[in-house]
Amino acid sequence: MSTIDHDAELLRAGAHVRGAWGTAGFLIRRYPLGAAGAVIVIVFVLAALLANVVATFDPTATSSRNSLTPPGSVYWLGADFMGRDVFSRIVHGARISLAVSVGATALGCAAGIIVGLMSGYLGGWVDLVVQRIMDIMQALPLLVMALVMAASLGPSLQNTIIAIAIALVPNIARVIRSSTLSLREQPFVEAARATGMSELRIAVRHVLPNTLAPLIVLATAQLGSAILTEASLSFLGLGVPEPHPSWGRMLSESAAEYIRTAPWLVIFPGIAISLAVFGTNLLGDALRDMLDPRERT
Amino acid sequence: MPDAMAPGTPAPPVLEVRDLKKHFPIRKGLLRRAAGHVFAVDGVSFTIAEGETLGLVGESGCGKSTVGRTVLRLIDPTSGSIHVGGQDISRLPRKALRPWRRQMQIIFQDPFSSLNPRMTAGEIVGEPLLVHGAHATSARRDAVAALFERVGLRRAQMDSYPHQFSGGQRQRIGIARALALNPRLIIGDEPVSALDVSIQAQVINLLMDLQRERRLSYLFISHNLAVVEHISHRIAVMYLGRIVEYTDKKTLFTNPQHPYTEALLSAVPVPDPAIKRKKLVVQGDVPSPVKPPPGCHFHPRCPYAVDRCRAEAPALREIAPGHLAACHLR
Repeated sequence: MSTIDHDAELLRAGAHVRGAWGTAGFLIRRYPLGAAGAVIVIVFVLAALLANVVATFDPTATSSRNSLTPPGSVYWLGADFMGRDVFSRIVHGARISLAVSVGATALGCAAGIIVGLMSGYLGGWVDLVVQRIMDIMQALPLLVMALVMAASLGPSLQNTIIAIAIALVPNIARVIRSSTLSLREQPFVEAARATGMSELRIAVRHVLPNTLAPLIVLATAQLGSAILTEASLSFLGLGVPEPHPSWGRMLSESAAEYIRTAPWLVIFPGIAISLAVFGTNLLGDALRDMLDPRERT
Repeated sequence: MPDAMAPGTPAPPVLEVRDLKKHFPIRKGLLRRAAGHVFAVDGVSFTIAEGETLGLVGESGCGKSTVGRTVLRLIDPTSGSIHVGGQDISRLPRKALRPWRRQMQIIFQDPFSSLNPRMTAGEIVGEPLLVHGAHATSARRDAVAALFERVGLRRAQMDSYPHQFSGGQRQRIGIARALALNPRLIIGDEPVSALDVSIQAQVINLLMDLQRERRLSYLFISHNLAVVEHISHRIAVMYLGRIVEYTDKKTLFTNPQHPYTEALLSAVPVPDPAIKRKKLVVQGDVPSPVKPPPGCHFHPRCPYAVDRCRAEAPALREIAPGHLAACHLR
């Protein structure tokens, strides 16, 4: 093997070699929207991780005297009808949203990848049966599907994650299957087969990595819709139960009654949800471009 | 694999294909019943000796690529036998096929879709080695580096991705991958058709050098007669799933016996406007391989066709020593 230090050689030749910070700077300049998305996502992740430090109040502590205090120096984003600090509840709610969106998307993607890859790669009657089941699941909108699941599993954090994950499976499986269908006919797959590689290994080594680009976009979009679905489930009382603060339930508790009298109860959780969804979508688009070697220079 | 043969017995040919057929069912309706068949390959026989190149030519859709893929068992044959080094592999189950996979590899036409865009060139070339048990990373890298240099790429390019190479370089990566297992037979499925003419020559010369060095045998599938003439020792002309003429290159080009071969040759451009040739222009299109015409497949387009051609399929027979043609009129 050669013992050439490529970086040193390149530097001597006058090439511009980037360090870690240089690379970060390059990425920010190249994907400004993605960087913005990353910042939003990082802020939410930090809020979730450091909720105990960041929050100014106990998110579950009630105080009837301070019911419906408007935003100010004590309650930064106001207090709800039970006198709980909205800011602290949003910060703690990031934990729930993050756990549900990442958990459900990861679980849903894992199941969707297995189902889609199997369906597309094996074809035949396996494909036929699997796709009909997916049809049935997709006939119901994501929220309705999650509702059915959540209602039958019962409200808890874990069940909310499972319910949303199951509802996400058909979307992921469809996308993986359709890329698999075209990829399995590609000459590079035939070449792998000609070397005597096992079908499972071909599916994992050659087909799966090439389905990644659409998957990442879809998965990050699902991160957003998982946050929304959790919010909707909680809004309907089927999501994460009390006393955990959930953005969706914060909205539902206040939307009908207080939108005129105490709009901060609706606006701030709403902004949190929108920002989180927006941030994951921006990040997803940039990730797709970055992970494609053809886009790298 | 019997490597050493008893003295006196001639070594079996590297590849011997007998009466190979591949009929693809056309499935229709809810129950996916076969409503008909595409007769892609309909009784093809040939042999390839060590160090020999057999050119397989024909129009697109005549089944030449199907022959290549069936020989490699990427497609299972409908009937017929495929002997590799004397052993029939046409019915071997996938697992048992693996040792024979080492002996036959393929180079594809499209240098873009034949390389996985998410693997580096070095990973692509090293993968066959990995599949066949070369797990030590450094040894594999050395082997891959040697292959890179042999096909005219730099070892520093091992960590580049396929999109960073030109078409010709990609085809070299494809050749290096095919060479990795040190096969005896390489099937080239139109390996230069997608390249510029100047690059075509380089790749062909590389293939011919490799053949001399390693006693490689080639099944060279192409629709380009000039390229086939350059690289082949013998040539088989296919028309609609059957071989219509099969002889050595010189005879084929100077003394074609089948009307279809004649027509093909008269369509090859000659770079000298002074040369006047008898032109045989064939009318019409290739008939559908779903419903091939009865008798000789070529009769609807053949200027010499007689009644017998419409009723009876001509057998591929020896009309002169080493010269086979499937035509009633010869």
